[in-house]
Amino acid sequence: MSEPSLVTRDLTIRFGGHVAVNNVSCAFRPGELTVIVGPNGAGKTTYFNLMSGQLPASSGQVLKDGVDITRMSPSARAQRGIGRAFQLTNLFPQLSVLENIRLAVQARSGDGWRMLRPVGHFRRLTEKAERYLEETRLTKVAHQPAANLPHGDQRKLEVALLMAMEPDIYMFDEPTAGMSLDHAPDVLELIAGIKADTSKTVLLVEHKMDVVRALADRIIVLHNGELLADGEPAEVMGSRIVRDVYLGTSEGVA
Amino acid sequence: MSNKSTTGALAIKGIVALIGALLLFAPFLFQDVRSLEVAARICIFIVLVASFDLLIGYTGIVSFAHTMFFGFGAYGAAILLKEMGPGWTPVILGGLAGVAVSLVFAVAIGLLSLRVKAIFFAMITLAAASVVLVLASQLSQFTGGEDGITYRAPDLFKPATKIFTDADGKVLSLWGVKFNGKLAAYYFVFACSLVLFLLMLRFVASPLGTVLKAIRENEARAEAIGYKVVAYRTFIFCLSATIASLAGTVYAVWLKYTGPDTSLSFAIMIDILLMVVIGGMGTMWGAVIGAVLMVVAQYYLRDLMGVASEALTGVPLLPELLAPDRWLFWLGLIFILLVYFFPKGIAGTAMEKGARA
Repeated sequence: MSEPSLVTRDLTIRFGGHVAVNNVSCAFRPGELTVIVGPNGAGKTTYFNLMSGQLPASSGQVLKDGVDITRMSPSARAQRGIGRAFQLTNLFPQLSVLENIRLAVQARSGDGWRMLRPVGHFRRLTEKAERYLEETRLTKVAHQPAANLPHGDQRKLEVALLMAMEPDIYMFDEPTAGMSLDHAPDVLELIAGIKADTSKTVLLVEHKMDVVRALADRIIVLHNGELLADGEPAEVMGSRIVRDVYLGTSEGVA
Repeated sequence: MSNKSTTGALAIKGIVALIGALLLFAPFLFQDVRSLEVAARICIFIVLVASFDLLIGYTGIVSFAHTMFFGFGAYGAAILLKEMGPGWTPVILGGLAGVAVSLVFAVAIGLLSLRVKAIFFAMITLAAASVVLVLASQLSQFTGGEDGITYRAPDLFKPATKIFTDADGKVLSLWGVKFNGKLAAYYFVFACSLVLFLLMLRFVASPLGTVLKAIRENEARAEAIGYKVVAYRTFIFCLSATIASLAGTVYAVWLKYTGPDTSLSFAIMIDILLMVVIGGMGTMWGAVIGAVLMVVAQYYLRDLMGVASEALTGVPLLPELLAPDRWLFWLGLIFILLVYFFPKGIAGTAMEKGARA
């Protein structure tokens, strides 16, 4: 088995007296797609925020390729190859679709500080952005402001933004949330494409069971901020404790 | 991006080009002292408003310290011109000193407070600007206090200086305009303003400009895709301060007087805010249109109302309403109407019109 690319050790965050993520230790490896499941309020998005840097950990560690990144800013983590997509659409609304993607390409290439030549002169950035637009089938809306896109296309743009960052680690937070049944497969196809590249580590928060079954190599279950189960899909989905918690059977957990 | 090819955008660019041409030939087109005063003020304020727009319109940073940086540049040149006598050395040293002090303040304010919420940042800039304004009037042995400093500009700009002479040794004229020091001073102001404005146009079109817009649109996401937001914000705050400071130095050389009312006062800060709002935030063209409208209104609305009031003597009520003393009332009314009909400023609103598919 390959070395883990992302590791959390006893990762914890407290908001006052409430422990949202409690001592979660987990390792994620390249070539593996891990789905994180759990009821609402289980701490899935908070766990993501701790890994990508939007929230500071109260205690514990996050390691990327063995380097401690627990105290790093989100931008520093992004530069180290952690790509994070958001549950609520989180784009640059008044900028065009192409400009949104171009910004991600530019962040990756490190040209953000160039200030004396017009953007148009950096052909390679635009060309690369256009390739991602094609791949995500957004070319025909390239010059529209992101805010004008229908919801489904905004979700696709969210994925495209992540792909344009060319990270080692992809973190998707309910990528198909609010999408119609016609559009969801487009996004899932893109994620399957990313998964096919075995150098990439993919983390996915998802509720829809058919999605989980189709994509997951491994499932971890969070409940009340704690890691409840971790293993192969069949094994986890079959376990009684998970069925009780996650599928809401009333028998409760001891 | 998306409004690149609207007819409105073309119209705005046409107007800006026309304004540029008028300013270039201003000494020949408007041959009186007051008009040249207005033209020079417009040049300076275009730069000042555009540099402020880099913050508020492009990056979404609200600062009330812009006149403070303008003042550092002006006082830097003024104090040295007073102490060292007229010459280019005090202008250059004063300009550099102004930039240096501005950078120290900008870095300090930036690093200390750009992480906090916009409203707190605005408060801190307001506090810093107030302190500097009070200091300028208290440290009167350096700054001349409320009276300000009067000094002489470099010899090149003395009205008696002959730039070109004819066969008899008299100053050469073209279309009734003498090639004297005053003309040289105006073109000094014009050239400096033009260079600074073109530089800013370059900045906003560059990759850096796109990052600034990204920060304005969605700061958290800009950070998440890998841009160090605090560094970018601090940098643009410093850049904007530097340009404001240089504009202050140029204006000080032109006016041959520097005091709180010409460079540091909050009245100027409010003028800048109005200009950027009226012209349109987030477009460099807006700065040009806002500065021109506001400065022209400040200088000529009174005259115009005087004429109107005279012409309407005998008509009841109207001459009273249009009495020149009420010019501020009418200016206020015009602003309210402008903001109502052009919610994104004149340039911002017009550029969205006439979009082509």
